[in-house]
Amino acid sequence: MAILCDRNTKLIVQGMGRMGTFHAGLSREYGTRVVGGVHPGKGGSEIEGIPVFNTVAEAKSATGANASVIFVPPPGAADAILEAAENELDLTVCITEGIPVIDMARAKSALRGSRTRLIGPNCPGVVTPEQCRIGIMPAQITKPGPVGVVSRSGTLTYEAVDQLTRLGIGQSTCVGIGGDPVIGTHFIDTLALFQADPETKAVVMIGEIGGSAEEEAAEFVRANMDKPVVAFIAGQHAPPGKRMGHAGAIIAGGKGRASDKIAALEKAGVAVSASPAEIGETLAKAAPGLES
Amino acid sequence: MNVHEYQAKALFREFGVAVPDGELATTPEEAERAAKNLATKIVVVKAQVHAGGRGKAGGVKLAKSPAEAKKAASEILGMTLHTPQTPPEGKLVRKVYVEAGSDIAKEYYFAILFDRSAEKFALVASTEGGMEIEVVAEKSPDKILTTFVDANVGLRDYQIRDLGFRLGFDGDLVKKFVPFVRGLFDLYMTKDCSQVEINPLVLTEQGDLLALDGKLNFDDNALYRHPEIAELRDPDEEDPRERAAKEIDLAYVGLDGNIGCMVNGAGLAMATLDMIHYCGGKPANFLDAGGGADKEKVKAAFKLILGDENVEAILVNIFGGIVRCDLIAEGVVAAAADLGVGVPLVVRLQGTKAPEGREILANSGLDITPAETLKDAGELAVAAVKGAA
Repeated sequence: MAILCDRNTKLIVQGMGRMGTFHAGLSREYGTRVVGGVHPGKGGSEIEGIPVFNTVAEAKSATGANASVIFVPPPGAADAILEAAENELDLTVCITEGIPVIDMARAKSALRGSRTRLIGPNCPGVVTPEQCRIGIMPAQITKPGPVGVVSRSGTLTYEAVDQLTRLGIGQSTCVGIGGDPVIGTHFIDTLALFQADPETKAVVMIGEIGGSAEEEAAEFVRANMDKPVVAFIAGQHAPPGKRMGHAGAIIAGGKGRASDKIAALEKAGVAVSASPAEIGETLAKAAPGLES
Repeated sequence: MNVHEYQAKALFREFGVAVPDGELATTPEEAERAAKNLATKIVVVKAQVHAGGRGKAGGVKLAKSPAEAKKAASEILGMTLHTPQTPPEGKLVRKVYVEAGSDIAKEYYFAILFDRSAEKFALVASTEGGMEIEVVAEKSPDKILTTFVDANVGLRDYQIRDLGFRLGFDGDLVKKFVPFVRGLFDLYMTKDCSQVEINPLVLTEQGDLLALDGKLNFDDNALYRHPEIAELRDPDEEDPRERAAKEIDLAYVGLDGNIGCMVNGAGLAMATLDMIHYCGGKPANFLDAGGGADKEKVKAAFKLILGDENVEAILVNIFGGIVRCDLIAEGVVAAAADLGVGVPLVVRLQGTKAPEGREILANSGLDITPAETLKDAGELAVAAVKGAA
């Protein structure tokens, strides 16, 4: 078992442009069942052996897909999310960076009560090692095992996964939830999935400045989790009022500081790594014996 | 993106939100003329910079005649304002806004923003106008009133009425409050704002609501569909290096240390700053070269980093996912050849095509210190600066 996706996941790619096609190829090479692409106007064609459809509805009925990954540019990305939801896919992962907040606020509001789980936007995707790769992560650095990884960042996720793998500690599923102010799935949602997954024995959570998702996660861990959780919070030295690359990474009005997040997590019993280079070691200490 | 008060107020007017009459001036003479045109007993001469706290810093002056307005403008124009919201070097005042004085009966606070926890828009109001809202929130949180608005349901009149009555308005005033807030909310949604703030919102002796100050921020990601807003950008108000970075699609934030950083991905870039601090050093900048980093971008990034004269060493930290390390390595070599780096260079390449990238660097004949792990990278960069000092 794993969370969100596994070897049975049937994936379609919304937006078969250069990026979408490239990563569809890498996912397929990794063993993911990439069953189709959606690109309005290119329906009926094939791109690199992947059948392309005009709409998600056509793609789903022809292929039985239950998940999608979105590479559609920002002006159409919120639309693509709603199209996935309208067609009742189980999962849609939106990689697109730069979607206007108002578009996402409307999409998120419309998703309430929907059966579709959204991951992202502005995220690197989801990997269940040796089973399924959705998005843009370099899956070769992952290794199957018992640690769940959840992160707001892309490359910092790779860093943490790499540290774990080098220590011989594998991962159940690696989830990048995204760096935008409005995202489909939060830390607490992902932590709940990891808590319920029998294969996951411990969790690494990587947060960053901005918002209060880490504080909410701390409260969730305290109240609902018995698996060890370790964390790292990026941006401990970020100046207030400046957006640090991610649209959501900003200390505003005295809120969203790393120090507050770290304090909240430590209070909830989460071991927080002071250095970004010791995330793997912190996990190994908090949950010994997970190497394989 | 931020705009000036005078630009915010022009947009308020466009959406039917009452503001005092006013004119922009760039010289004392223009300020004098503006005061004459306004023909009110008192005018207010206000420095136009992208920072709050102007009043306390001497950037806002009252004038009782056109001659006084001219004098006030001559004092404010060309001054360097230091407020809690300006950068350490302060902000040079290039424009003033000359505004009709108002008879103030009471001051309030009003704002619209997006609440990330609720995932809804929030109207925030307080009877404690004219004060820093963070201070009010700290000292008397019960005086901050909030109303949440769902993006798809939209703002309903009953919500505005409810907020008005909670502020202590009577029925007549609530009738004026409804179109006032409606106008601001329409502005927020139509133009993709990220914040509307009016502090103070005043009730005049005549019983009218007036936006005495106005602050507007816009969602950068939505500017593509509002060219008329993008045009309001004032390059003088932006850090020149941050602006140059934006033009080539890099995220850059200047800091006060001496280790220049080039990283791919915002999270890893923040973590790299943390790593340098952890090793006892100080970073000169945050720089996220982004997912599409290639040779040209790397060169441009190096140029930007080297433009900061405090930089005594450069740390390149790349974890290739989409980004290919071999292309980054080619960029580093090209940049070093064309620009002549002249400071110690520590490069860490991991992930996609990292071995190929390391080989390119090793064969380049350049004096580059390779680093294997994030820890090595931080320690080597800090050691390089200490060696140079």
